[in-house]
Amino acid sequence: MATGDVKLLGAWASPFAMRPRIALNLKNVDYKYLEQNLGGKDELLLKSNPVHKKVPVMIHKDKPICESLVIVQYIDEAFTSGPSILPSDSYDRAIARFWAAYIDDKWCASLFSIARAKTDEEKATAVGGVTTGLGLLEQAFKKLSKGKGFFGGETIGYIDIALGSYLGWLRAAETLAGSKYIDETTTPNLTVWAERFCSDAAVQDLMPESEKLLDFAKMLLSGKFDPPK
Amino acid sequence: MSKDEVILLDFWVSPFALRAKIALAEKGVEFEARQEDLLGEKSELLLKSNPIYKKVPVLVHNGKAVNESTIIVSYIEDTWPTPSLLPPCAYGRATARFWADYVDKKLFDGGSKIWRSKGEEVEVAKKEFIEILKVLEGALGEKEYFGGDSFGFVDILAIPITAWFYAYEQYGNFKVEDECPKISAWIKKCLERESVASGYPEPTKVYEFVGLLRKMLGLE
Repeated sequence: MATGDVKLLGAWASPFAMRPRIALNLKNVDYKYLEQNLGGKDELLLKSNPVHKKVPVMIHKDKPICESLVIVQYIDEAFTSGPSILPSDSYDRAIARFWAAYIDDKWCASLFSIARAKTDEEKATAVGGVTTGLGLLEQAFKKLSKGKGFFGGETIGYIDIALGSYLGWLRAAETLAGSKYIDETTTPNLTVWAERFCSDAAVQDLMPESEKLLDFAKMLLSGKFDPPK
Repeated sequence: MSKDEVILLDFWVSPFALRAKIALAEKGVEFEARQEDLLGEKSELLLKSNPIYKKVPVLVHNGKAVNESTIIVSYIEDTWPTPSLLPPCAYGRATARFWADYVDKKLFDGGSKIWRSKGEEVEVAKKEFIEILKVLEGALGEKEYFGGDSFGFVDILAIPITAWFYAYEQYGNFKVEDECPKISAWIKKCLERESVASGYPEPTKVYEFVGLLRKMLGLE
C-alpha cells in the first residue's frame, strides 16, 4: 500500500541503510530507493542531513528523518499497517532499545575493529568482543523470543533489525577469519535465527553478498573512504 | 492500590543520572535515590542490574531494572505519560530523537576531550566543542526550549551536561556565554525549573571532581 511520498537515501553496503528498508517492507509501504555514491555526496543527501551528511535518510512528504534507529521508530509510529516493530509494553520497549544500543555502541565497534586490527593481540581482542557479545545476544534471544522465531516474537522486531542488518558484514568477517562467530555449538539459537532473518520476505533482497562486501572492505582499508555509517 | 517502588542508582556528579532524576521529577513520580560510590566499590544491586556496563543510572521499577540514561528517560515517558516530554506527532518525535542522539554522541565526549587533552590538543578540542554547541544553537533556533514552548526530552538529556561546562571553560580557556549566547540563555531558563535545580551539582564542585579525574589519569 503506497502511503504518501516516501524516499529512502541509502547505500548497498551500509547495514544502517538496510534498517529502514526492512521496516518499510514490514509495513508494506512503497518507497523510492535512491542509492548514494559514497565517493561524492549527493546534493539531496547534504540538504536532508546537513548535520551528519550520512545515509540512511528517509524523506516522507518532503520532510527528512535521519539516524537509522530513529527512522525505524518513526516508521513504526507513522504507519499502522503490518506488525509492530517495537513492543507495546514500556519495559519490553526499554529492553529492545537497550539491546539495539548495545549492538550499535559496543558490539559493532568490535566487529569493525577486526579488519582494522594491526597486531594479533588487537585482532584477538576484537574477535573476543564479537563473540562475547553474540553470547549475550544468544541469551537475550532465548529470553525475549519466548519460543518464537525472532527477538520480536512471531515477526521481525527492533532487535532483529538492529542485529540482523550486520549479518552481511558478519559473514564477510567469518569468511576472512576462516571461522564462524555465529555457530551451532556456541550460539545455536542465533544460527537458526540468522537463516530465518535473511530469508524473510522483508529482508531477502536487501542483504549484500559477502564477496561483494569483502571487495568493498579492501577498498575501504586502502584508505579511500570512511567505513559505512 | 499498591504503590510503585522506584529506585534510582545515582552518583551526585553524574549528568546521566541527573537526566533520570529530572524526568521523574517532571512526572511527579516519587523515587528513592541511592548513592553509588563510583570511585570506590559498586553496590551488589548495581552489579546485578547492570552487569554489562556496571554504570549509573539504573532505574529499578518494581524490581525490574532499566539501564542507559536515554532509554530510562524514554521508559519514564512511556510509563508515566503525563505531562508528556515528547511531541504527539511522529515527525516531532523523530526530530526530538535525532537531537537526543546528537547530544548523546557529541556533547559529553566533546567536552571531556577538552580536559583530557594536553598541549595543542586542548585548543583543537575546544574548537570542536564550540562547533558542537553551535550546531545545538541552530537546533534551538528562536525556541525557548529544544522541545518548543515546553521543556522536554532533548532539554532533559542536554541540561545536566551543562553542569560540566564551567570545568570545560576553565581547562579550555573560553566562555560558553561569549561563543553561544543562546545556549547560555537556554541553560538559565532550564535552571529556573525545580526539577533541574534540585539535582544540578555546583559547577565549581564538578570542576574539582574533574581535577581529581585528571590526577587519576596522570594528567596533573
